[in-house]
Amino acid sequence: MIHVSLTIALILIAVAVGLSAYRLLKGPDATDRVLALDTLSINAIALLVALGIWFGTTINFEAALLIAVLGFITTVALSKYLIRGDIVE
Amino acid sequence: MIADLIVSFLILFGAVFVLLGSLGLAKLPSFFMRLHGPTKASTLGVGSILLASAVYFSTRGGLSVHEILILVFLFLTAPISALLMARAGLHRRLSGENPRYGEDEE
Repeated sequence: MIHVSLTIALILIAVAVGLSAYRLLKGPDATDRVLALDTLSINAIALLVALGIWFGTTINFEAALLIAVLGFITTVALSKYLIRGDIVE
Repeated sequence: MIADLIVSFLILFGAVFVLLGSLGLAKLPSFFMRLHGPTKASTLGVGSILLASAVYFSTRGGLSVHEILILVFLFLTAPISALLMARAGLHRRLSGENPRYGEDEE
């Protein structure tokens, strides 16, 4: 039962990654691209955790935590750059 | 058996919400509408998937709390990054760098 729902969930998350990549490539403005990058990092975390359940390994959580931290720092730095034109003044 | 049911439900629930968040990001017409999808729906979805993983690995030997750490971190940082991105959008609209900023796409 878990196998079936995991298969469906992995397909749904893969479609979500494709939609975010579409917005990342199309995005009419820089802020849209920053938002799409943030969404892509969240989707990557979901994909990694689902694959961790699929393979029955807990080694993926460290990678997921790293992606979470780096995604947040990236979003903050890019937004600061868009607001001020400078990250650290 | 009950644990398997709970894990399956949480995984499907989370995946549907992650998809809805990205669908909102791709389809909604202007930036401030697009901000709603990923920052709320996707966070709920990934939280649900992390909870499913915690239940799955806790019922198969040993308590597993790594996921709760990621969950708390994500739920703390999602509003902050959403606020910063909204502020960047407002700044770009007010400073007039892009005159058509915030108008709906056709």
